[in-house]
Formats: sequence, C-alpha cells, structure tokens
Amino acid sequence: MNTINFDLSPAWISIKVTLTATTIIFFIGLATAWRMTNYKGKWKGLIDGILTLPLVLPPTVAGFAILLLIGKNGPIGNFLEIFGVNIIFSWYAAVIAAIVVAFPLMYKTSMGAFEQIDSNILSAARTLGASEWKVFWRVAVPVAWPGIAAATALTFARCLGEFGATLMVAGSIPGKTETIPIAIYFATQGGEMQVALIWVLIIFAISLTVIVFMNYWNSYKTKQRFGAGE
Amino acid sequence: MEFYVDIQKKFQGFKLDVQLKSQYDIIGILGASGSGKSMLLRCISGLVKPDKGKIIINGKTFFDSDKKINLSMRDRKVGFLFQNYALFPNMTIEENIAFGLDKLPKQDRKHKVAGLLEKYHLENIEKRFPAQISGGQQQRVALARAVAYEPDILLLDEPFSALDVHLRNHMMREMSESLKEFQGMTLFVTHNREEAYRLCDHIAVFNAGKVEVFGEKNELFQRPASLETAKITGCKNIAKAIRLTENTIDVPSWGIQIKTSMKIKHENGYVGIRANHLKIVADDTKENCYKAFIADESDGPFRISLYLKIGSKPEKLDDFHIQCEMSKEQRETIKNRTETLYLYMNPEHVFFCL
Repeated sequence: MNTINFDLSPAWISIKVTLTATTIIFFIGLATAWRMTNYKGKWKGLIDGILTLPLVLPPTVAGFAILLLIGKNGPIGNFLEIFGVNIIFSWYAAVIAAIVVAFPLMYKTSMGAFEQIDSNILSAARTLGASEWKVFWRVAVPVAWPGIAAATALTFARCLGEFGATLMVAGSIPGKTETIPIAIYFATQGGEMQVALIWVLIIFAISLTVIVFMNYWNSYKTKQRFGAGE
Repeated sequence: MEFYVDIQKKFQGFKLDVQLKSQYDIIGILGASGSGKSMLLRCISGLVKPDKGKIIINGKTFFDSDKKINLSMRDRKVGFLFQNYALFPNMTIEENIAFGLDKLPKQDRKHKVAGLLEKYHLENIEKRFPAQISGGQQQRVALARAVAYEPDILLLDEPFSALDVHLRNHMMREMSESLKEFQGMTLFVTHNREEAYRLCDHIAVFNAGKVEVFGEKNELFQRPASLETAKITGCKNIAKAIRLTENTIDVPSWGIQIKTSMKIKHENGYVGIRANHLKIVADDTKENCYKAFIADESDGPFRISLYLKIGSKPEKLDDFHIQCEMSKEQRETIKNRTETLYLYMNPEHVFFCL
C-alpha cells in the first residue's frame, strides 16, 4: 500500500473563506431582504431580479464579472492598485466570489421569512414607540428566525461548495487559495482518487453537521416558544 | 378629552369620508364589515396616511394635510388592540408588556410590569410565551401591553371576535372595567351591536365609509334616524311608509295604517318596529292591532321567531311581512298554527326614519 501525501491546508482555507463570506452575507443579506420587504415601489421587480441573478447564472459568468471589476484593469482593481493591493488570486477573491454567488440564497430565503410575518405584529411594535432598528432586531428577526436560520445554513453550504467563480478569480494556489472543492477537482484530474475521496467525505461531513445542527437548534427554539401549554 | 377627525381617503373603489367630533371617553364605532371602520383606526394610528384632512386627539395634531403634519406611528402615542392581539411570539408575557417601556429606569419598569401583571390576572404565567396561554389571557396581555405605554387614545379593533361565546361575555365585563379605569380616550370598533351597546354610551354608525349618525346609544337603538342605522342596530321589520297625518303613516306593502307617538315630519320614509316589541293580543278592538297569520317559524334555544303575514293567509313559507319574537311560553299559548292572530304595535315603539 502506498502512502498518500495529504495536505490539510484546503480545509483551513475553505473554513476561513466560508465563515468570512457567510458572516458578511448574513448581515448584508438580512438588511437587503428587510429593505426589499418594506419597499413597495415600482422598481421592486427589477431590483429583485438583479439581486437574484447570480443564483441562476453559471458561476463562471459571476467569476467573469468579478474579474472585470477587481482585475488589474477593472475599476476597483485599478483603484486598489494605488495602495499596492491586489485582490485577484488571494483568499479575499475567494471570499468575494462566494459572497456574489451565495448572496441570493440568503436574500431570497430570508425575504420569504420576513414576508410571512403578521404585519399587525410589526405595527404593534411601532405603535409602542419602537424605532425601526428595534422593530428589526427585537421583532422581525426573532419572529422570522426559523427561515433566517435555514437561509444561513443554505448560504454556508453554498459558500463551502463554491467552485467555478472561485477558480476563476482566486485560482488554485496550494496553501493560499486552494479550497476543498478545488482540491477535489485537481486530485481527480491528477488521478489521486484516494485524496479526492477523503476530501469528498470531509465536505460531506461538514455540510451534514451544519444542516443537522441548524434543524435541531430550530426545533428546540420552536418548542421553547410553542411547546407545553395547549 | 377631545377627539377631532375630519379625513378623506380613497382606495380601490372605496372612499372613506369621516367627520367625527366628540368629547366622550368611549366612542363605539358600529358598522358592517367593509364599511371602513377599521380603515379609520388605521388612519388614526398612522398605519395609513389619509389623502386629506385633520386628526387631532387631545390637542395633539396627528395629521394635518394643510400644515403638512403627519406624525409617525411611534410619535402618536396610540394604543392599538388588534383583532388577533398581535403579541410578540418570541417574547414572554412579561417581555411583551415591557416592550414599550424602554425609556423607564430598570427598577420602575419592573415595578410597572408587576403591577400590570397583577391587575390583569397574569401573575402566574408571566414567563410563558403567547402561544402557551388562552385566548382570554392573550387579550389581557395585549391590553396590558397597550395600557403600559400610557397612550392618549386606545383603539380597539373587534377585540372579542376571536373569542368563544362564553368567554366573550366574561371578557366584555372585564374590558368594561378596564376602560373605566383607563385615563384616556377609547375608540371601540365592532360589527356587533350588542358589544357596542354594552361597552359604549355613545355610538357612531358607519356605512359605506361615512358616519351615518353619532349619538347616545338609547336614542340610537330606539329611534334610529336612518334606514341604515335601523338595519345595523338590528331592526328586522322595516318597510316603506308615507305620511298621512302628524301621527299616522300608511304602509302600502303591509296594507295597513299605523299610529305613531313620534311626530312625522317628512312625506316619505321608512317605518320600523323591532321583532321583540311586537305583541300577540286577544282581539283587534284597540288601535294599531292587525289580523295576522303564521307563514313560518324558527326555533331558537330560548326564543321563537314567528314570520307573520298581515291581513290574509300566506301561500308559502316565505310569504310574510313581519317578524315577531317571543318566549317559548308565549308561543305555547297559540294552539293552532293556522288560527287568526292579532298583532299589536305599540305606538311608542314604532319609529319613522329616512
């Protein structure tokens, strides 16, 4: 039996990228979803379409768009170059790719949860003198929590599995930008089936753990609120 | 206390056009569903912005389209009791009541919440969540939460409609007590005339987005001034009528003339008499007595309604003029369903409206 040369760095890179991206998406996604829930203007359909677009486009299209923006000749890339910063092919680029691709999941799912809230509850909070900030954090988010938790779990899983856009903007530099999905791809290409299999099992375990944990935690919360009584 | 509302609001083929001025503590708003009474509450609370007009409560201008004033919901100090109570499902009873008290120091807030829990009989359930308590308790929590904020005006939107009948009576008595203690104005919206009568001394009748009448409740129920008021206050016998003299009217569709104790001023209008004010008597020697025959009857748990045709025998079940309500004992004095009855309309109870 031949020993396999196994490098764990893709795991750390994946976790770092996924947690950072999920945290950022959580706040931006919730804020956007809440604003869009309350926005009743005529542009709603268009704005919603643009925000949801990355969900239906191939990740390579998202990757291409990001390259245009933050690449050496892109507007943002140009600007950052003044300070000597280059994002392309760094783990930040992987974070940006994950954010762009997974954002619509957070936005769409939590907006669905916000729209389910009985509007009387929000009105009651406002008549009791609550600021919009308080209405959001003390009422809207906790009431919509099961939906928001599901959205977060989906976002996490999507970030962890991101491949196409990441490969285009962050490349596959071992120990720097090589995430688990990319490691699986190159291991398979190079014929190292055992290495690929180990990574497949690891990603399987992480995804399942997160989703199962979310489910149990949610049902615990729900039981606390609605259990007993009746 | 002063209540002044003069607003207009158009929406989806419906127009709300309300002028209402009052100095009373409790005002009842009685109207069928879709008459715009809930929309009025929404305008007062700031949920909906009227197109035009003024809302002034206790000297505080909530809305004035001329002066471009439109206070936000949180600046109006309005206590809104929603039909479904709208309690925060993620907070305990205690936290629900304390929600509007952020500005108080912690000690005062605790003290106040404890006092309200006691007053509204919620002491042993303060750590529970809204989904774990009964409908009556939920209503008390909602009221305690609204009152805790010390609003200038309390808006009650059909507060009893989500409750069982037996609980409803009990909660109505409790509510009546609470409202007497409340140091502000109350607007009570309902489609149920009994609730309105029991809780309020002054009632505004709503019809098609307008205030039809506003007045003292007994006046309103005994002498409704309009056809819609007569209907909404539950009068079952209404027919077109023509003035003959100052105290007599002709009712062509019933084929009779009726004496009234109220003075008739207009040529054309409607006559009304409530089903429970009609009496079955022995003969028609007195005035306002008419021959009548039973067309149909419906059996309630305690009272019976007879559907009567005046003057001649009915041909089918729905061939009747008038509905008369009586106790089961009274019904038993009529032996034969086909016999001739004598119906008496007390002139005191007959009203004429426009």
